[in-house]
Amino acid sequence: MNRIENTFTKLKEKGESALVGFVTAGDPDMRRSLDIVKTMCASGLDVLELGIPFSDPTADGPVIQRSSARSLEGGTRLSDVMDMTRSVRASTDIPIILFSYYNPILAYSPAFFYDEAVAAGADGVLVVDLPPEESDEMTGLWPGDKLSLIRLVAPTTPRERMDYIAQAATGFLYLVSKTGVTGSDGLDLAAIAANTAVLKSISSLPICVGFGISAPEDVAAIAAAADGVVIGSAFEKIIEDNLENPDLITIMGATVKGLKTATVR
Amino acid sequence: MNTLTTPMGEANLDGPNAFPDEMGHFGPYGGRYVGETLMPAIIDLEKAYASISPTPEFQEALQVLLHDYAGRPTPLFHARRLSAEAGGAAIILKREDLTHTGAHKINNTLGQGLLAHFTGKTKLIAETGAGQHGVATATTAALLGMECRIFMGKEDIRRQAPNVRRMELLGARVVPVSSGSGTLKDAMNEAMRFWVSAVQDTFYVIGSVAGPHPYPAMVRDFQKVIGIEARQQILDMQGSLPNALVACVGGGSNAMGLFYPFLEDDIQMIGVEAGGKGIATGKHAATITQGTVGVLHGSKSFVLQDSNGQIQEAHSISAGLDYPGVGPEHALLKETGRATYVTVTDDEALSAFKTLCLLEGIIPALESSHAVAYAMQEAARRSKDESIIVNLSGRGDKDLGILS
Ligand SMILES: Cc1ncc(COP(=O)(O)O)c(C=O)c1O
Repeated sequence: MNRIENTFTKLKEKGESALVGFVTAGDPDMRRSLDIVKTMCASGLDVLELGIPFSDPTADGPVIQRSSARSLEGGTRLSDVMDMTRSVRASTDIPIILFSYYNPILAYSPAFFYDEAVAAGADGVLVVDLPPEESDEMTGLWPGDKLSLIRLVAPTTPRERMDYIAQAATGFLYLVSKTGVTGSDGLDLAAIAANTAVLKSISSLPICVGFGISAPEDVAAIAAAADGVVIGSAFEKIIEDNLENPDLITIMGATVKGLKTATVR
Repeated sequence: MNTLTTPMGEANLDGPNAFPDEMGHFGPYGGRYVGETLMPAIIDLEKAYASISPTPEFQEALQVLLHDYAGRPTPLFHARRLSAEAGGAAIILKREDLTHTGAHKINNTLGQGLLAHFTGKTKLIAETGAGQHGVATATTAALLGMECRIFMGKEDIRRQAPNVRRMELLGARVVPVSSGSGTLKDAMNEAMRFWVSAVQDTFYVIGSVAGPHPYPAMVRDFQKVIGIEARQQILDMQGSLPNALVACVGGGSNAMGLFYPFLEDDIQMIGVEAGGKGIATGKHAATITQGTVGVLHGSKSFVLQDSNGQIQEAHSISAGLDYPGVGPEHALLKETGRATYVTVTDDEALSAFKTLCLLEGIIPALESSHAVAYAMQEAARRSKDESIIVNLSGRGDKDLGILS
């Protein structure tokens, strides 16, 4: 059993939903980013989504755009994210998902990306602008199947397309909570519950819900039905608001602890 | 099947109509690289375009608008004094600057606007660089009674101010974009983000042969009226085809529109990219000639990027060419050698701009001035009995602020 399956199986037995945390690698700088991530992992995070910064993040709202820009200003390259992954892996057993736009992976070369990611201890990859229609060109170059390709389902995805996406998915399915970019507001909890139920009826994979979730009560409401809740912009907002604060890392740890309790059903 | 093996895969060369394939690929280029929220919308758009655009109702409505409203056909004009100045082949201008709103962009916005109308969408959004596509979209929205929002980079708002005022007069809301270099790429990023949140009732009118499938093919089809007219007009004018076609390339729509109907003809096609302050300075927008293969704004093509796959900022004096990407069909035409791509610097374009004003009484857009500059160089290398059609894609009123 791989780390992703293992984690979701164990959480299910305990009656918990997974707290999935997204941060951009290298934000605000590599040293602090590593401390932040290690602290998050030690504070109860169940799955880590590590963002590879990109110059033109069209699926992201302003908060993650700025986090990506800060990281790039610090000179973060994909090879640095691989090093960071290796270093995080040395201190934790939770699944690590690399989150990226396609172009940095294409420039790195998909085969090399696979080898490096597996060697560094990553468990999956989510490529936000690579729909199943185009993803064979990447996975076709992968020399093995040790990396899960996490697929997205959106509120706009028609039912028959959900089948198509679910069919090819591995690891878990990522349900986008709303029609909008990351960090936007206006959660429709009823629609999320309905879409989660549909996905559960067509796939046996765990269902994680993300985009614009930050309040503990929303986390609790979504965790009641979904196998995981993804928090991204809310974490990045804390980083951004505490760039000069020496307590930034402690605050991140405490935030993870608080949100984790909301995922316990 | 006649195929070409490229570093990215096999390309089928059996006629221009072979592209794109049903997945939106132009050989190894093109495709659909967007987030899942937008995938259903572009699949719906592809179906709507395929089913609605060939109908007599749609074609008739579009023809009426192109003729009665946009002022088509546009003239083909033999620029004799310019030709004499260049000293060589005849330079013949396809006068897209004479369309309503003053650039070829209206051909496409009327097409997409009508398609939006036929599919029941009531709101249009668009990105714009020079403001010509923004003005054309705002114009179309006013004409069809639709709401309109235009995303434009801060730098472009500054340097193309007259077009901002025009869009506002036409009832559009101009949304300033300050991320990145505040130019066309950033405007397109923001338009895509907005579209994700409004995809249910909003039609995104992309302004060039870029973006995810079906945009590159659809925009080309709406722009090919330029080449269809020009081909007939030149035959009427001189009884033979021209020896070469020259057009500027930003995203590549005016060039694709001119080239496409001539693809099967034995004539040269030259796309002119913005060389900015000179290729050696790194400050240019020469995407095809200097870029590498990558994915930007939903399709795979050449892009200006660093070795880590981060997109670089482009530079051009002309806002409409100031873009680090290019349409995927141009990437294929470059790869197959069917078209060639060259560059012209800011200074060379400015000089051609002035020459055309003084010798022909035509004030061209700075974008189009790049094509004029190269056509003069090309004409000088050719004999007097040869001819070159230049796409004069737009007029230059918007650029007077940059020149003074
Ligand atoms: C007059 C004019 N020509 C050319 C362009 C470049 O676009 P494309 O390469 O799609 O024709 C623009 C874009 O704004 C324009 O306004």
